Amino acid sequence: MHDIVGAAANFINLDTTKILYLFFVGFVGGLVSGFIGSGGAFVLTPGMMSLGVPGLVAVASNMCHKFPKALVGALKRAKYGQVDVKLGLVMGVSAEAGVLYGAQIQENIKRAWGDAGSNLYVSVSFVVVLGIVGTYVLLDAFKTHKSGNADAEEKVTKVARWVQSIKIPGTMVYFKSLNARVSILFTLPLGFATGMLAATIAVGGFVGVPSLIYVLGAPSLMASATELVIAFVMGMGGSFKYALHGLVDIRLAMIILAGSLFGIQLGAIGTTYVKPVMIKIVMGSIMVIVLFSRALMVPVYSAQLKLINPLSEGLVKTLKTTSFGIMIFALLFGAGIILVSLWKGLRSERKTTTKEALEHGKVL
Amino acid sequence: MATKKSGIKKKPYGKAILFGLIASVLYVVLLTHQDLINTNFTRGGLYALLPIATAFIFSFFHGSFTGAFWTVLGIEAKKKKEVK
Repeated sequence: MHDIVGAAANFINLDTTKILYLFFVGFVGGLVSGFIGSGGAFVLTPGMMSLGVPGLVAVASNMCHKFPKALVGALKRAKYGQVDVKLGLVMGVSAEAGVLYGAQIQENIKRAWGDAGSNLYVSVSFVVVLGIVGTYVLLDAFKTHKSGNADAEEKVTKVARWVQSIKIPGTMVYFKSLNARVSILFTLPLGFATGMLAATIAVGGFVGVPSLIYVLGAPSLMASATELVIAFVMGMGGSFKYALHGLVDIRLAMIILAGSLFGIQLGAIGTTYVKPVMIKIVMGSIMVIVLFSRALMVPVYSAQLKLINPLSEGLVKTLKTTSFGIMIFALLFGAGIILVSLWKGLRSERKTTTKEALEHGKVL
Repeated sequence: MATKKSGIKKKPYGKAILFGLIASVLYVVLLTHQDLINTNFTRGGLYALLPIATAFIFSFFHGSFTGAFWTVLGIEAKKKKEVK
């Protein structure tokens, strides 16, 4: 990592508009994180960069808002009995190793092929991972939705049943979210992959949550809540590493945190009103929409690396703007579904409470 | 005798105001001492603990405030059995 001594000299000046902008993006990102366990970072980092924040400072500051946010979210969801702390910590430690390895790969790519190479690698990772995982999550959600079994208990996948059936002496650990003993030889690579993805596309949860659900067999609500513990462990380690190099702009991190703590509480409350399938619908939809956003950038970086014919300046600008617009849409789309679900849930709960109170009154 | 059920919980106005005030003071200090904070927080080495500690402090006070804030507004979790 670049050692920027005196990085503070490069920090941007903050005016009211910038503060409000960061607060708002933080709020929406927090809302989505509270609900699906991660998200928001893919908009926050480019969002900060659009204000003139250097890339590494944006990544560092985003990470420094992520871990306290994840902590508050995890504590909130622990109150609802949705967090498996042990699983989160076990996965979090291996995720930290994945972050370090992923960052090393990034650096090597940057050294060999420059910024365009690094950007192309990030965009292709987005497209491949989100293409496979996002499509799978969304298809699974629609299958459950169509079958009319959305209220039924979630089925443990065949893969998860197999994973839970393998007994490797000396490595077995009981996890309450799985209600089973699983070998940590399975959780380690999953955590590692989550960390690697976090270091590459900033949202490790896009692998973390689906792997907890489909590979280990955790219920969706517990998977998304446990991801917050993983994000906390990863984020704190990462922030400290960046802070050692003086790259964290604490002002940016805390302003985003100001908004995201409002959002994360709301997102966490939202999970108590929805059917588990909603977690998959929101996560899968965001993943697939973001995939299109990043796919648009692949030709831009490919042209910069001279892998394809150069693109006109106008086309590059259009692709960049459209790509950023689609990312914002992805986040707002997810936030919209969460807010509507929360509103409907609150309304129906209030109706029930009023009805019960009236009936109670009649009896008396 | 009909015993009165304590169905109506008291809203945490006091908690929201207290933590809200502390969080506001923290943000005012952060924004009015930007240069001093930026210089010291980016020195690296052991100074790296400063942003980490700040993040914990802000998350505690502001997190408690935002939690109480939504409760005061009546936006609370569904009262149902916990997920097992």
